[in-house]
Amino acid sequence: MKKTISTAVAAAVALCASVSVGQPRPGAATVDHGKQVYDYWCLPCHGGGLGLPGFAELPGTQQLRIKYRDSPISPLLAERTDLAPEFVKVIVRQGVSFMPQFRKTEISDADLDALAAYLTRNNGASAR
Amino acid sequence: MPAPPPGVSNTDFAAALRKLEAAVGPEWVFKSDEDVALYRDAYSPERDEPTERLASAAVAPITVDQVQQVVRIANEHRLPLYPISTGKNLGYGGSAPILSGSVVVDLKRMNRIVAVDEGRCSAVVEPGVSYFDLYRHIQERKLKLWIDTPDPGWGSVVGNALDHGVGYTLGQYRDHFGSHCGMEVVLPNGELMRTGMAALASDASWADYKYGFGPYVAGLFGQANFGIVTKMGFWLMPEPEAYRRGTVHVPKRRDIVALVEHVNHLENLGLIGMPGFRSPLGFAQAREPELRALVAKPGGPTDEELDRFAEAKGVASWSVELQFYGPEKTIAANWEYAQQRIGAAIPGSRFDDGVSYRFPLSATQQAEVQRVHRLVDIGIPNMSIFAIAGGRTPQNPDSADGGQFYFAPMIPRTGEAILEANRVLGQAYRDAGVPYNQYFSAPACWHYRAFIMITSLPVSRLDPEINRRSRAAFRALAQVAAEHGWGEYRSPPFGVDLVAGAYSFNDHALLRFCETLKDAIDPNGIIAAGRGGIWPKHLRGSRA
Repeated sequence: MKKTISTAVAAAVALCASVSVGQPRPGAATVDHGKQVYDYWCLPCHGGGLGLPGFAELPGTQQLRIKYRDSPISPLLAERTDLAPEFVKVIVRQGVSFMPQFRKTEISDADLDALAAYLTRNNGASAR
Repeated sequence: MPAPPPGVSNTDFAAALRKLEAAVGPEWVFKSDEDVALYRDAYSPERDEPTERLASAAVAPITVDQVQQVVRIANEHRLPLYPISTGKNLGYGGSAPILSGSVVVDLKRMNRIVAVDEGRCSAVVEPGVSYFDLYRHIQERKLKLWIDTPDPGWGSVVGNALDHGVGYTLGQYRDHFGSHCGMEVVLPNGELMRTGMAALASDASWADYKYGFGPYVAGLFGQANFGIVTKMGFWLMPEPEAYRRGTVHVPKRRDIVALVEHVNHLENLGLIGMPGFRSPLGFAQAREPELRALVAKPGGPTDEELDRFAEAKGVASWSVELQFYGPEKTIAANWEYAQQRIGAAIPGSRFDDGVSYRFPLSATQQAEVQRVHRLVDIGIPNMSIFAIAGGRTPQNPDSADGGQFYFAPMIPRTGEAILEANRVLGQAYRDAGVPYNQYFSAPACWHYRAFIMITSLPVSRLDPEINRRSRAAFRALAQVAAEHGWGEYRSPPFGVDLVAGAYSFNDHALLRFCETLKDAIDPNGIIAAGRGGIWPKHLRGSRA
């Protein structure tokens, strides 16, 4: 039960690198539902806009901007083109840093599938 | 099947889980390791240690009737339950139980906004309703109402009130339990009870009058374990015509004494919302090596030395931000009155006009608010506070860690108490090896008749030593605070006995009274063992 976060995240990071090659594209309805899940649960930390006074960005965006400071990866989750669905799911279910995990009463497995579909909708759109 | 709760046989546990599945539907009973792990406290300072508080299973009812069934099943099998609302009480336990092995009763699915009455400025909500939910409900209907929200907007309106959580606007609203009015509770025997006017057979005034008739028992359900609250009424604030801020600066260190007296006067008359005390001199440490040297010298600086430095640099020793809510003309006059009153009493005080708005805000105004102050000051829920919850910083850009819990002692609402608490706690923090801004820390003013000298202690997902240090610091600090008459207003799970134990007048008469009630109301000890430091009879002595 106490699978360590570092192990899980390391596995997820490895998945991230592989993106979602060969998987069928989710339907528009799934992506739309995923956007609703994103807007409700993720946007308040990972969206654009100001953070607390003295902080230029919201906490999740700020964290990812620092993390990807030496890379072209966007700090805005909704603009990413490199996320693998499994990576999204591991992070949501395990949490990372000060972001807690989310229970199934908050984000159901179906919601999570849709969220992953939304956050990976742009994969392949870039020149990667 | 997961390991059973303490004192429950495998057979009984299996039977109980089957009955729970029949009551709420099998998909809403969580018993796999993977699902139960989602109930871990993400900010646990006991993570991955043998003492980490872990659930054995979770059950997620969606109706009051289902909650009653869950409680009855728990009684049949002596199953310890631990109710959570949205499970976001991070820093004070999150979604985990206090007693390991408890079955978490996850009320997130009970997310109905039962009523919002614009004219009477009130709402009745279920535990799964977050501040975001209630705010959106009001905004979508263009109701002229405000909520008072704590920092993280995803918290439960009910759950935050039940843990004596707080917000940022006017005192009568930012005490979230104090602003509740009438509740519905599933008692430990499964019976449904309502309090206040909601206890009438036909209630017309659930959220209008708190007391009904007879004893006011609603207080028994905050930070306690006498039932599972399934609805609560709340008083909401009417949208004011306008808001304005102003900042007062005072030059000398001991000016804090008079400053607090005058700010108290303004707030006790209802002229201001939550004040925000700061020490500009303290903030100057980052850019002033001379000041850092002064603070670090053996024995510390005298007040006179700090005053000389402040005067030489033109920096105020203390400041307070005042918030005004109401008619535009009235609050302008109140700010003017504050300046006259404080200016006449404290030589050298200075005043800065802050922002002012009329409501409703334009989208542009709303987007710009956080350039100068918090959205929560004007009742808008958000998540920005997590910017100070750890994680990566420009100084430590590769940290993958984060989270914290809180040491939150209540002290008298006086300037003398601030100075004394800083002196005493400063020494205790030093002894514990934890950094503390001893000369310049200012209190939080959420609870408007007392100060909270709150500090955060770090937790780690990765390094148990950080957690051990933070727990040891909390214990030492709580002990020192108790010796000076300062009790905590909330506690992380590992600290509940220590905190409750400090309220020890007359050989712990208060705790013994609560235990007597517990034995009478919950003889099987099934509800939230350990909450508020109250344990059922069969677990007394094991403690957190």
